[in-house]
Amino acid sequence: MSSAHTLQRFKRDGRVVIVGASLAGLRAAEALRGEGFTGSLTMIGDELGEPYDRPPLSKQVLTGWVPAGGTTLPRRCDIDAEWLLGVPADGLDLAADQVRLADGRRIPFDRMLIATGVRARPWPVEEEAALDGVFVVRTREDADGLQRAIAAGPSRVLIIGAGFTGSEIASVCRERGLPVTVAELGPAPLVGGLGAMIGEVAADMQRAHGVDLRCGVRVTRLEGDAHGRLRRAHFSDGGTVDAEVAVVALGGIRNTEWLRDSGLAVGVWGVACDAGCRAFDLNGLVTDDIFVAGDVARSPNPVYEYRFISLEHWANAVEQAEIAAHNMVSTQADRWPHLSIPAFWSIQFGVNIKSVGVPTYADEVVVAQGSVSDRRFVAAYGYQGRVTAAVSFNNAKWLDHYRRLIETAAPFPPPCPTPDQPVDAKPVPVDFPGPTLLAQGATVVVTGHDPGGRRVTAVRQGR
Amino acid sequence: MRVVVDLSRCQGYAQCAFLAPDAFRMHGEEALMYAPNPDDAQRGQVLRAAAACPLQAILVDRLEERDAPVGTSPS
Repeated sequence: MSSAHTLQRFKRDGRVVIVGASLAGLRAAEALRGEGFTGSLTMIGDELGEPYDRPPLSKQVLTGWVPAGGTTLPRRCDIDAEWLLGVPADGLDLAADQVRLADGRRIPFDRMLIATGVRARPWPVEEEAALDGVFVVRTREDADGLQRAIAAGPSRVLIIGAGFTGSEIASVCRERGLPVTVAELGPAPLVGGLGAMIGEVAADMQRAHGVDLRCGVRVTRLEGDAHGRLRRAHFSDGGTVDAEVAVVALGGIRNTEWLRDSGLAVGVWGVACDAGCRAFDLNGLVTDDIFVAGDVARSPNPVYEYRFISLEHWANAVEQAEIAAHNMVSTQADRWPHLSIPAFWSIQFGVNIKSVGVPTYADEVVVAQGSVSDRRFVAAYGYQGRVTAAVSFNNAKWLDHYRRLIETAAPFPPPCPTPDQPVDAKPVPVDFPGPTLLAQGATVVVTGHDPGGRRVTAVRQGR
Repeated sequence: MRVVVDLSRCQGYAQCAFLAPDAFRMHGEEALMYAPNPDDAQRGQVLRAAAACPLQAILVDRLEERDAPVGTSPS
């Protein structure tokens, strides 16, 4: 589909299938129509109902302000799509250009977008996960169930995992006056994403708000009563806690299993693609008709040494969706790279936490503005003498400034741009815990000898 | 009506919370919480709030009648 004529015909009469009817899928559909695509558009999603927004599920919904069903996303335009909802995609046949659905239907396409996102990582022991009172928070149904459970006034809520979701839920539970225990395997909350210094600040913040924070412990067992209701949790340090509600907040699993035999470069890391959202095939060659966007995409970022990065960020889903849609209806010469600096936010314990850049891509961190003890500051992250990320606590107005520093590879540590000079602006090691995703084993084997005959085959592995 | 705020753009100017306090609330010093589906009666207020946002971070449904999903799966 290289000639302008063919492209015009595709824009007029082509068939686009978008798998994943959440934020990235919807925004891509709108952008495609905005780009003048008038062909057929099919939206495939495993959940029933219109695309909805997830960030409010762990905030507004759990506080009881907004019902779980009330976060349907607004539309920027009429996308005139055929919606195939309530049935997941089950396979991709690249040779026939068809998506297979779990009910056996085959949906043909000229170009397709993969936007299947991530799902919540469940509690690993099935019988324990099935106990009444054990929740994950990813879907509207999850949030609705948890909201009801905490509204009933349990004697204690246990949060397993102190990443962003776990910490936000702990915050809401404290706001509602509930006793909360947070169990975190790492040395502090948020430490996996933001490092040891911010982790310490987050730990202080949780304790100041009355959270019973237990770090460096693993929850070894969830114990139920005779009625199958959660009663108690056991920890690796021998401790226990009695709780009627447990929230499993152990991150997400990328929804790529349906693509396992597709011939695309997929794995637990997501679907690998180029900076223009075009998927790689198993051999690492870029495809021309298969695009990826959102949480499930893993693409190289030139600012970070072309490292492949996957992000579960709201803004990233929107931006990649728009890039993918544009590139779907453009010739090679007109394609756009996705070059925006990652950005993230979290609201917890009355503090607005925001970040730009990739904080894990750093060797040092420094308080660049404000005061940690006031919980109003910006921390800048640096890698080998240049600014690579920044995190603000109640100081979001300055993040644009740091974004520009990252974009221009400004030297680290950066000078303080405002009169609120920090007392101690000495860089310290950023100190992240080791990789939590353990070695997965081989994903492929290479066969053949001649350059024209060398091919990669996927190997199955236990998960 | 449906609303979404791009909170990675939001810088906590709180203009929206002044103009449509039932739909937008400040949480702490600068974090914004909003009602994603405010009552239609608040439409005027919410549109004014969206127009006043210095970062243009508030998106309100542009469609009077949306193309709601049809032809959902029989399963």
